[in-house]
Parts: sequence; C-alpha cells; structure tokens
Amino acid sequence: MENLITISVEDRDGSIRDIEVPTDINLNLMEILKASEYEVLATCGGMALCATCHVEIINGADSLTEISDQELDMLDTLPDADDNSRLACQLHLSQDNEGLTLKIKGALQ
Amino acid sequence: MITTDICIIGAGPVGLFAVFEAGLLKMRCHLIDVLPQVGGQLSEIYPHKPIYDIPGYPTVKAQELIDKQMEQIAPFSPTFTLGERVEELQKQDDGSYHVIGSEGTTIHCQVVVIAGGLGCFEPRKPDLSGLEKFEKNNVHYMVRNPEHFRDKKIVIAGGGDSALDWTVFLADIAKELTLVHRSDSFRGAPDSADKVYQLAKDGKINLLLSHNLVELQGNGSLQSIHMTNKQKEDVIVNTEYFIPLYGLSPKLGPIGNWGLNIDKNAIEVNTFDYSTNVERIYAIGDINTYPGKLKLILCGYHEAALMCQSAFKYVYPDQKLSFKYTTVNGVNAF
Repeated sequence: MENLITISVEDRDGSIRDIEVPTDINLNLMEILKASEYEVLATCGGMALCATCHVEIINGADSLTEISDQELDMLDTLPDADDNSRLACQLHLSQDNEGLTLKIKGALQ
Repeated sequence: MITTDICIIGAGPVGLFAVFEAGLLKMRCHLIDVLPQVGGQLSEIYPHKPIYDIPGYPTVKAQELIDKQMEQIAPFSPTFTLGERVEELQKQDDGSYHVIGSEGTTIHCQVVVIAGGLGCFEPRKPDLSGLEKFEKNNVHYMVRNPEHFRDKKIVIAGGGDSALDWTVFLADIAKELTLVHRSDSFRGAPDSADKVYQLAKDGKINLLLSHNLVELQGNGSLQSIHMTNKQKEDVIVNTEYFIPLYGLSPKLGPIGNWGLNIDKNAIEVNTFDYSTNVERIYAIGDINTYPGKLKLILCGYHEAALMCQSAFKYVYPDQKLSFKYTTVNGVNAF
C-alpha cells in the first residue's frame, strides 16, 4: 500500500511482531516503537544523547538513512553495541525500508 | 546555611522561569545545579541549536534563550549554587526542608521544586557478570586520581575519547595496561587513536580490539577479566583494576531515594499544581510525568506558573493569594 510499510520488531524477550508504519508522517523509529507500545525509555527525547533507543538491525541496514558522527559517537559508548547497532531516534523510515527487521536493545534504566 | 523561600533543583529554562513566577508572588528562590553553569541541557549540550517553539521567537538559539531568561529574572535577584549535586532532602519539624548538596552546602527553604530535566549525567555501566561484587574496590567509572593506579595492573574498556585519552595518560603510570574495545577501530579523536596504536606497537600497552567482556573474576578482590575475541575464543587478562569508560547517560540519581512516586525515571505529579506525593515538594519540566505529558520547554513554563500559585501557601501561610497580571502592575523587584 502507498505510504505504508511493514517492519518486523523483535522485543527483548524474543517475541517477534510485524508492525505497519506510515511513511508520510514525520515520526522517527523511536517514536514509532513507543507508539506501538514497545518499552523504550528515550530519556533525551530523540537527541542521540541517552542511547536508550538502541536497536540492532538484523535485515535492511543498507536502506536506512546514513549514520551521523553524533550517532556513531554515542553508539561507541555503549558496551553492548556492534556494527549493526543504530539509535532508533535517528532513523526516519521511507518506502525503501519495507521489510526492515530489527531487535530492541535499549536499556530500561 | 543559605535561607530562601523556594529551593529549585535544576537551573535549566524551566527552573529559571520558576524564579520569575515566584518573584511575582514575592517568593525568593535559590537554584542549585550539578552543572557548573546555568541553562541545563540548553547550555551544556546544544547551546548553538535553534529552538522554534518558544512563543514570540520564530527562532532562538538555546544559549540566547537562557541569556534572555537570566535577564528576565534579574529583578528578583535569585541566588545560585552551581557545580553541586543535591544528595538529600531533610524535613524539619516545622515542615520546611534542608536541601543538602554533595559539597556540604545546606539550603533552608519552605518549598522544594525539582526542575531536574533529564537528571544527572552518570557513568554508563556495562552489563557484566561480577561487576557489582568488585564495584566498591576494584572498579572505577572515572579516573579521579591517576596516582591511584601507579605500578598497578589495569584494564580500561571503551572506544571513545575518554578511553583513549586515559589510556595514553595512564600508560606510563600503570605497571601493565590493557585497553579492550569491542570494535576493530576507534572513533575517538584520530590523534589519540594514533598514540594508542603507537603505544601498542612499542609494547607499552596491551591492545585488544574486537574483544567482548564476559565476566570479572576474583576471590574477594578482582583478579582477572574473562573476555572473548573475534573468534569467540576465551581470553583471560589478569588485572587489579577495571576502568570501564563508556560515557555518560542521564539518570535520576539521588532523586530516586526521596520517597517520591517514580514512573520510568520521571516523577509523578498532580496536574492541579504539579505537586508530588510528598507535601511541599513539586516537580516541573522534563523530570515530571502525568497523563498526556509533553517534554516541551513551553509546557514546563506553564507548570512553573501553576506550581508557584500552590507553593504560595507554604511561604505565606497567613496571606491570601491574589492573582495579578504583569501588564497591570509591571514587574516589581524586591
């Protein structure tokens, strides 16, 4: 469907769910996860400061918006980050991201 | 001891505006903040970023907004304690409070207002088996006194600037230094990274890239750290100290110990007056939560205004509050 994509989200407990994401509204992935009732602290409100919206991209990393220096710097401070890590608050999804698969990793305190 | 009517914890935009609203009601304020300057995250993190949702300002730089707010509250002569974290609130027999800072500053006030924003930035801790057991004696989240590590075996973990800088600094001091990083390269300043590579080449430090920490081991005191390399093979490094340097993350800090109702790192308040569950303690701005909460500077200002109307009864128990517009009376300084 136009302006609607499906992404697959794995929660911390391993449960996997497909969620539909409208691409014509100005929400970042962190906000979409929160709106879909996933537990994400997002203490800093989306400024790439707290890294509590840390996600691991399992599939579809290449289609994501490019990673900024600030995001890389923040990810570098995370003990459990790896090359597939991103901050959900820095990701704006488009039609290109159909089928994105990710796992929620952000700390809960 | 400092004596005031309202002690505001946090000198960000919302804490500063609370001074103005309190001033209109003849209540004096003292502000205390862990940062060395006023302005909270606006001055500390994004002073040059434009803000677009302050009424009357189509665009305003964060630091400019703080400067203007300081000008706005100047007539009310607020006082400040900066660079000091509040550790404790002590309730007095007459209902007033002593606010105790980490450096021993004591503020006596009738009302406590928590405008703490994101909270305090504290060192991020790795999720590591055995960490708590050795936290007291063998794990340091920041290097306060480098001499502490003279002629000791230490392991530093992390890949950011502070991990690189301390590795360079401590290489000569420690007896044996190992730097562990989960990735195969560093994103910190290229200068520092080059120095670290050179130290490793010269055999002055032990550099372990693409290694993941697994467990701290020891009987009573730390003896070794168990990690895995890229091939998932076990690697054991003997050490006396572990220094994880993973940057800072915002935490509620001591506020969590004051008997306030907390939900997901935020303080629950009554939207009638932004009071907490503890009498005479209010919470405004990003640090509070209630149904429909929006973390906007604008909303914090509104919360500050309503809070002051309610706090008045504790500062002037015998007086009746009458609401006046600034357009009618102007801003009357103390």
